[in-house]
Amino acid sequence: MKHRTLAALAATAALLAACSSAPTPQDLDRLAEGAIKSSFRAQGPAGLERLRQDELQRACSAETAPPDAVLARLEAAQLATVQWPADGAWLGDWREGEKLAQNGRGMTWSDPAGVPAGGNCYNCHQIAKAEISYGTIGPSLYQYGRLRGVTDPTDPAAAAVVKYTWGKLWNAKAYNACSGMPRFGHAGVLSPGQLRDLMALLLDPKSPVNAP
Amino acid sequence: MTSSARAGAHVSALAAALIAAALPAAATAQTSTADGIAQYRALLADGNPAELWEARGEALWQQRRGPKNAALDACDLGRGPGVVKGAFVALPRWFADTQRVQDLESRLLTCLQTLQGFDAAAIAATPFGKGEQLDLEALVAYVASESRGLKFELPQAHPAERQMFEVGKRVFFFRGGPYDFACASCHSEAGKRIRLQDLPNLTTNPGDGVGFAAWPAYRVSSGELWGMQRRLNDCYRQQRFPYPGYGSDATIALGVYMGVQARGAASIAPSIKR
Repeated sequence: MKHRTLAALAATAALLAACSSAPTPQDLDRLAEGAIKSSFRAQGPAGLERLRQDELQRACSAETAPPDAVLARLEAAQLATVQWPADGAWLGDWREGEKLAQNGRGMTWSDPAGVPAGGNCYNCHQIAKAEISYGTIGPSLYQYGRLRGVTDPTDPAAAAVVKYTWGKLWNAKAYNACSGMPRFGHAGVLSPGQLRDLMALLLDPKSPVNAP
Repeated sequence: MTSSARAGAHVSALAAALIAAALPAAATAQTSTADGIAQYRALLADGNPAELWEARGEALWQQRRGPKNAALDACDLGRGPGVVKGAFVALPRWFADTQRVQDLESRLLTCLQTLQGFDAAAIAATPFGKGEQLDLEALVAYVASESRGLKFELPQAHPAERQMFEVGKRVFFFRGGPYDFACASCHSEAGKRIRLQDLPNLTTNPGDGVGFAAWPAYRVSSGELWGMQRRLNDCYRQQRFPYPGYGSDATIALGVYMGVQARGAASIAPSIKR
């Protein structure tokens, strides 16, 4: 009898222990952090520093987005990082922009270090009509300038669209904190000169993107 | 079909797809290209070269090999020693002997070491497609093929299995690297593509033979058999992440996350992929 009581007590204690030791969400966060830390090694240009999240990456790493107030604060902070062209030269060569948009190479561990990265644009966006192999993760950019009424990118009437487009390319998170789009300028993936060429692809009336 | 006839069929199928992609006018090009690719895949699936890996894996399973000159027929993949049928659709799972949640690849490494005397760490560090990794690919293909048509039913009874699911979910949404990418960047919405490649939504059950239920697979583009470890490795490469260890906790946790989501989906692995 005594034995049975003890056994029952032990079972209850074990059950309680199991319940109280069930990991909390915070425990699981720490376990996941540990798993990420222990699971990767540096290879080629892809060093372990790439696993150190900044504030934005951390905030946008959950199944659900942060509250609106947090998103607004993050967007303001990201907007403050945008470096605007000092000389007022916003647009480069759309032909170079098209090449960049096609180029999906760069910054993987199998890419040689020091080779300029491409823009990866067609991986996620429709852009020029002629390219039928495009992804759909991002919105279509076909007719980007036309749809926004840009007939002369130097016209003050186009200034707001031109500025926004530069900002979006430099740091997409300035306008949508948890956007899926990389922060090409901010993260140093593309140079200001490369960004000008992409600007031209999107906004130059002569670019096939804006062909009538 | 002989292997040369099969190779010929692939070449002609590829030609058909290329022609389908090249011919149509711009207005209808998108649909026609998609149709051409669908046709190409259908033709390919008619003779999946993964069969060659499956057959070699089956032979390797029974062959006495390694420093201990032993076969793998006592290997416990979770359904008991030597039971291969149905093992794949219940992995990753908890193993008491190793005190770990293991996926197919990491469990096979355990068997290669304990039964045959191979150095598991050395095999894990071997590049894909080289040395003992080639045998591992064949074993992976064989074990997966023995669950073809069965539905995924990963166990979640052990606390460590439930914990790995939660860790895997967090790893799936973890953003990092110069592009801010996570697994979720490409795999959290249905109906999306990279270029023309369809992307499964892995935050839910994507259905029979899609996503987790389609790997391992024969990759037409590389002519190789890829297990889930290699699939994840190349995802992380394209995410611009550092290099994930073979059988590392993050990759196994992702397997648990995807596998549990896929509960009830029928496996078509080893499938055939672009």
